[in-house]
Amino acid sequence: MTTSYLTDFDAIARNGGSKAPWLTGLRRSAIDRFAAQGFPGAREEDWRFNNLGPITSRSFPLAPVVAAAPTTRDVARFLYSIPGGSALVFLNGRFSPELSTPAPNVDGVTVSNLAAALGTHGKVLGDHLGRYAKIEKSGFTALNTAFGHDGVFVHVKAGAAMAGPVHAVFVSDGSTAGAAAYPRNFILLESGATGAVIESYVALQGGTYLVNTVTEAVVGEGARLEHTKIQRESEQAYHVGTTHVHQERDSHSTSFSISLGAAICRNNLDVVLNGPGIEGQLLGLYMGRGRQEVDNHTSILHASPNCSTREVYKGILDGTAHAIFNGKVYVTPEAQKTDAKQTNRNLLLSDRAKVDTKPQLEIFADDVKCTHGATVGNLDPLAAFYLKSRGIGPLLGRKILTYAFAAEILEELPYPAVRSGLEALVNARLEEGVEA
Amino acid sequence: MLQVNNLHAQAGEKKILNGITLTVNRGEVHAVMGPNGSGKSTLAQVLAGHPAYEVTEGTVTYDGQDLLDMEPEERARAGVFLAFQYPVEIPGVTNAYFLRAALNEVRKARGEEELDPIDFMDLAEERLKLVDWGPEILGRMVNAGFSGGEKKRNEILQMAILEPRLAILDETDSGLDIDALRVVAAGVNQLRRPDNATVVVTHYQRLLNYIVPDVVHVLAAGRIVKSGGKELALELEAKGYDWLTGGPRAA
Repeated sequence: MTTSYLTDFDAIARNGGSKAPWLTGLRRSAIDRFAAQGFPGAREEDWRFNNLGPITSRSFPLAPVVAAAPTTRDVARFLYSIPGGSALVFLNGRFSPELSTPAPNVDGVTVSNLAAALGTHGKVLGDHLGRYAKIEKSGFTALNTAFGHDGVFVHVKAGAAMAGPVHAVFVSDGSTAGAAAYPRNFILLESGATGAVIESYVALQGGTYLVNTVTEAVVGEGARLEHTKIQRESEQAYHVGTTHVHQERDSHSTSFSISLGAAICRNNLDVVLNGPGIEGQLLGLYMGRGRQEVDNHTSILHASPNCSTREVYKGILDGTAHAIFNGKVYVTPEAQKTDAKQTNRNLLLSDRAKVDTKPQLEIFADDVKCTHGATVGNLDPLAAFYLKSRGIGPLLGRKILTYAFAAEILEELPYPAVRSGLEALVNARLEEGVEA
Repeated sequence: MLQVNNLHAQAGEKKILNGITLTVNRGEVHAVMGPNGSGKSTLAQVLAGHPAYEVTEGTVTYDGQDLLDMEPEERARAGVFLAFQYPVEIPGVTNAYFLRAALNEVRKARGEEELDPIDFMDLAEERLKLVDWGPEILGRMVNAGFSGGEKKRNEILQMAILEPRLAILDETDSGLDIDALRVVAAGVNQLRRPDNATVVVTHYQRLLNYIVPDVVHVLAAGRIVKSGGKELALELEAKGYDWLTGGPRAA
């Protein structure tokens, strides 16, 4: 089903496409790459547990302009009230200035949509776009590079700090079955800069659509990034996302990934530690019910000495849901004194739910501290008895203990509004029970 | 209030209780003592409905009801409370949330209205005094990172809030220093009323200096081998258990 994408691409290219030659070239090489390699398949190690058939066996044309544009009130439930924060709302991949709240003016800080930034920050984008999330990575990344035309753009100059996080809200209207959107985000924090980005993927209603998203983040020397991705697509939709974080020396980054929606969700998170003294945190929570499939592939490249990373991913699976976790940690021979901790814990609420979890440590330095642990289990019967002995019956007890399992991740979320919003979502999920 | 008659229980294939018979009346405090492995903790857990144990023979009647036929949560709602020897840690759930959820389940069963968070806090702050604690403990996660003494004190706080009619304290004194022991015992004593009863399971006589029993039972090999007044506990302290259990140093 690759030919329809090539036809779509040619149609867009004929209708103007990009004015910047570098971008035209990047997109052309991306579509050529896709034409040559197509979608990944189960024979590839990184995709062997996935069921990509529903995505690759049909074509997803570009999502149309949303017919009945939602109002501020329609999207209010997706937004968070955060001091100094801003919101950029995209409808089926297109920026909606009407629904957005611009960021406060701060010297050295640019927060805008990417399509606008191609005009104002063409040089920065020309230097960086596509350099980290490479089109060779997979057919999905290649397609996003070929078709991605908008998303959030953040540029924080050396030493500057954003007043608050920018929340990029990607809304799918769900009414057009089989439509695709390609959000493309770019974050550049120069040395000593501080920035925070929240990405939300939401739907106005149920629907079988595809979101293929790519985010590239460059965290300069001593800079601090807080990145949060909240995937709450329609439970009939497909979501494939790649987040690539490139860190320079002494920088900090924290990445939260929360996945609740989509029939099939694949999150790639690639973190490259390209200098000494870097700290990274990767925290994830995923929930699956009904027949949802949720896949988190993370990769951390320790390429320099004295860096530390901490990774905790937790999953809650009910119904016949299927979760995949693959946590790769690659430590190069130069990366002495690496401290890498990885944990993946899964809670099965149904005996028909399934988890494939695979830590993948490749260590080529000798003076390192690398640990990993993966567990798949049920609710602790002793804890359930403890609750019963206090009068709390099995149904409420299950909810309390399941929530408690998720809380370890939720508690670490930044901003009270995001935390309480997600706590409410998780609790609502537990109230609704097994089936979607 | 509680009649245990010829109670036999086992864990897997291992027989632990071999015919326990005892009666606890309203207003009484009973101490169940015995050496390690005598079955005293098993008795406490069987009464609360611990799933690890299977009752193979005998009956337990609580307020005229067949206790063994009730789910653990039904027993709790009917006023049975077990203070655990090893309280369970539940990170991610605050003490306040847990206590209010438990209290409201019990209140619903009693036909009382549920308490909202504000009314609950008023009640909780008053009951905290019984265990000499400030309100900050309510914001901590249930038993997570608590010291051994704090966990036991938290059990008594739960008891103070749930106001059980039959409280079973399973080795509540183990791992407590003398100050914590005093606080815990004082809490238990203040909760004593003419219409409720307490069963104190303990290895040592020490706790019984503070919570004075009306009846003391000595367990050995899953049976009550002797019952008596509070002076029996002192005799055990002086002579050990072997003279009753036929152990190696029997007098």
